[in-house]
Amino acid sequence: MVHWSAEEKQLITSLWSKVNVEECGAEALARLLIVYPWTQRFFDNFGNLSSPTAILGNPKVRAHGKKVLTSFGEAVKNLDNLKATYSKLSELHCEKLHVDPENFRLLGDILIIVLAAHFAKDFTPACQATWQKLVGVVAHALAYKYH
Amino acid sequence: MVLSGNDKSNVKGVFSKIGGHAEEYGAETLERMFCTYPQTKTYFPHFDLQHGSAQVKAHGKKVAGALIEAANHIDDIAGALSKLSDLHAQKLRVDPVNFKLLGQCFLVVVAIHHPSVLTPEVHASLDKFLCAVGNVLTAKYR
Repeated sequence: MVHWSAEEKQLITSLWSKVNVEECGAEALARLLIVYPWTQRFFDNFGNLSSPTAILGNPKVRAHGKKVLTSFGEAVKNLDNLKATYSKLSELHCEKLHVDPENFRLLGDILIIVLAAHFAKDFTPACQATWQKLVGVVAHALAYKYH
Repeated sequence: MVLSGNDKSNVKGVFSKIGGHAEEYGAETLERMFCTYPQTKTYFPHFDLQHGSAQVKAHGKKVAGALIEAANHIDDIAGALSKLSDLHAQKLRVDPVNFKLLGQCFLVVVAIHHPSVLTPEVHASLDKFLCAVGNVLTAKYR
């Protein structure tokens, strides 16, 4: 089980309380599809992903980004119980969605950049370290039930 | 992975906007890397790694200088960084995985100080550039 110090929990929850989940989620997913275009392979039914502009304006990308980041909010609420929290989602991503867990790490890295751009100097090194740890642990939990 | 014409001009654009802050950003990149990925400190047992360290500042300046050099010779990064590539292969032998970690931290620093510069397209180009630099530096490893 992952250990979170009181300071880390504070850095996570206080930043999260200021995150606009819809905007941030949409941006993170769009950037994932733009920066690492091979990730578009999972979204054949999303319509027009032919350019960064198309991706950023795509309503399915926005909606899915919001969904993904909303789920991330569950991690923030269950820091001491991440494997259980993501157990079903992990099975889903393995058995139905067939997503290589490397993609969770890519999305995590993108989310960090989005948070950095948004929070600027408030995204201190300690904050970045804590959040990088969190995205890593979420990625691990999502990969945990893979077989 | 190939840098397109757009990628090259995006990257040059970033470095011209960063301007004189590059050295300071180099140091901040390293500080964030040591903080976020403590295993990277294993390459610097001889350094004072505390916040504000003069050694980290100096090293950050070197790292930034190399990135600027690569950006200025973006059509031939391998040529521009050939000596550095030799150094990393023969002497430093930093595990290749660490270049991605440094790259991530550099992107974070650019995002923090110039969020409007780091549009998704520029983000993509800069990420590709940083990968290309990492590839050049590890190209002679074996």
